[in-house]
Amino acid sequence: MSSAQIEIQLIASIVAIACAIPGTFLVLRKMALISDAISHSILPGLVLGFFITHDLNSPLLIIMAALSGVVTVVLVEFIQKTKLVKEDTAIGLVFPVLFSIGVIMIAKNANDVHLDTDAILLGELAFAPFDRFLVDGSDLGPKSLWIIGTILLITIGLLFAFFKELKISTFDVGLATALGFSPIMIHYGLMSVASITIVGSFDAVGAILVVALMIAPAATAYLLTDNLKRMLSLSVVFGVFSAIAGYWLAHWLDASISGSMTTILGIVFLLVYLFAPKRGLISVLYRNKQQQIEVSLLTFLLHLNNHQEISERHINHLNEHINWRRVKSKSVLDLALKNNMIIIDESIISLTDKGKNFTDKAIDYIITNDHSKIESIKDDFFLFRG
Amino acid sequence: MGTAILGSICGMLGSFAVLRKQSLLGDAISHAALPGIAIAFLITGTKETNVLLIGALVSGLLGAFWIRSIIKRTHLKSDTALGLILSIFFGFGMLLLTYIQKLPNANQSGLDKFLFGQAATLLARDVWFMAIVTFICLVVLLLFWKEFKILLFDADYAKTLGFNIQLIDILITSFIVIAIVLGLQTVGVVLMSAMLLAPAAAARQWTNSLGIMVMLAAFFGASSGVIGTAFRQIRFIQNRKDLELHKTLAFMFEIAQGHENIAHPHAVRILNNFHGYTRKSLGKLERKEYINVVGSMWSMTPKGYHFAANLYNQQENENE
Repeated sequence: MSSAQIEIQLIASIVAIACAIPGTFLVLRKMALISDAISHSILPGLVLGFFITHDLNSPLLIIMAALSGVVTVVLVEFIQKTKLVKEDTAIGLVFPVLFSIGVIMIAKNANDVHLDTDAILLGELAFAPFDRFLVDGSDLGPKSLWIIGTILLITIGLLFAFFKELKISTFDVGLATALGFSPIMIHYGLMSVASITIVGSFDAVGAILVVALMIAPAATAYLLTDNLKRMLSLSVVFGVFSAIAGYWLAHWLDASISGSMTTILGIVFLLVYLFAPKRGLISVLYRNKQQQIEVSLLTFLLHLNNHQEISERHINHLNEHINWRRVKSKSVLDLALKNNMIIIDESIISLTDKGKNFTDKAIDYIITNDHSKIESIKDDFFLFRG
Repeated sequence: MGTAILGSICGMLGSFAVLRKQSLLGDAISHAALPGIAIAFLITGTKETNVLLIGALVSGLLGAFWIRSIIKRTHLKSDTALGLILSIFFGFGMLLLTYIQKLPNANQSGLDKFLFGQAATLLARDVWFMAIVTFICLVVLLLFWKEFKILLFDADYAKTLGFNIQLIDILITSFIVIAIVLGLQTVGVVLMSAMLLAPAAAARQWTNSLGIMVMLAAFFGASSGVIGTAFRQIRFIQNRKDLELHKTLAFMFEIAQGHENIAHPHAVRILNNFHGYTRKSLGKLERKEYINVVGSMWSMTPKGYHFAANLYNQQENENE
């Protein structure tokens, strides 16, 4: 690995961490799309900053861009407060307007500047190491590393300082207000951090990747855990992993680094989405199926309990009566047999004592709708699941 | 005409998107269409619009249904799902695009321009195509009006009435995706979501009735399309004129370059065999102080010389 390669991976990882932290809170606050809106609408701020300074590298550019990010948030809030439209509509209305203003401003006045929409939307990580940070002629490393490193340090500092406040105001706005924190202050603080992070990162990785780095690791982590601290650290891990893996994928395919980082993020999300132990698609589907069978079993047992006459309990009759398909009735029957709830005697099904007991409890629960009653049944179900 | 049709169809379908609280679906789908375009190009190797559109449609639908399934099957909320799919699909598309650019195949340029839209490049055939799709949408919309309406406002009720809500849901999502993909080519990614949203959001303020809202949104969409195109047309004509002026100036520059003194006068007659020259454009150049006209002779001013030199440099830069 050359030093440029190490630097690129370092920048990518730091950007990933810096994005994952505010991203987690955005996802938890159901405001993930704000990041998309901000990443588009900082364009007019950038352009305006450029007109003032005529220098693409001035810090004023970042400040202006971050400001216009905050303006976006304020505008969205304002439109939403009028109660005329919903939040998502408000976001969708604000950012195309701001983005087009930015595009028009570029097209009209800055045609010959290296500030085109492509560069802003996509970014180019591969060139980041060439832009050095020089002090008195000595080389202190790539400039974007310094910028994003500073932002990361500030973010981490704020995170530790206001962790409790953030946590409370994210999960329970009412409690936060009652305790004397101002949720609005926290809200705007978070938004400012998010918008500064977006601005600082997109110079290196582009607007779309910033959005991906904010949302995807947090969403992936959210599928795996409910604990805020664990979610934060998981999303940092996912972010860094896809930053480095993405770099090597890009290296191998000779393609855009930001694109391949996003692709890795997508693959990681897809895997977790499919195979997560509790919330994954497969386990959800499996659980649904289990519950279906359990409900069927209950129906079946109740039916047996209600009918004492032999004709109603004949094995072939059940198919017609409860209107199940053959496979399903067989699997329900097997399940009941395995748990010693029924016995089959010459095609006539009768409940055992255990089955009777179980059914009584179930009826009890259905009548009273009392959750304490069902606890013991739940244990039973777990027994025959395992 | 094309933009008007597009505006109306987007307005109609946008009303549903807004009422379903999926306003940003448009944004997400228009980004999600990118990998489809890239893959369609990779497989077929053509830049045939229809092939690319089909690719965009497929990946747009894939994105839309993935979003639906994320919202339905996990506890992630719709905003997260939308943002996730948007950025991941777009990033994947970028990866494919940059990969394509490195391929030894000269035919790939302009693929990304497809995504950012060019209304001026619309052909009559495309407009017809759009009109047909709009018509189909309209028919289906009228046919399933009741079902759509019930699903929109009370999904549970629709289910108890025995409608197959999943099918209706898929139908309406597909139509939104179709409208978006059609619009992509014309208005581009970012503006697409505005196209879908703004008319519907505006119409929502006027009325509480779905029928009136859809009609109003279609009207708003169509009229904004027409007005926008009109602006564009004016702009286009201006550009044409500018181009003619620049051509004339460039020609003059070439002649003037032959002399040491740039202010050396030349006969107007030389210009006559140059295509694009008119007396009017000469007058205009003079008004801009780029040239001096004395009698039937003209000479370049330093300002004009500079401007023309810049013009040249820009062209060379572009060629690089």
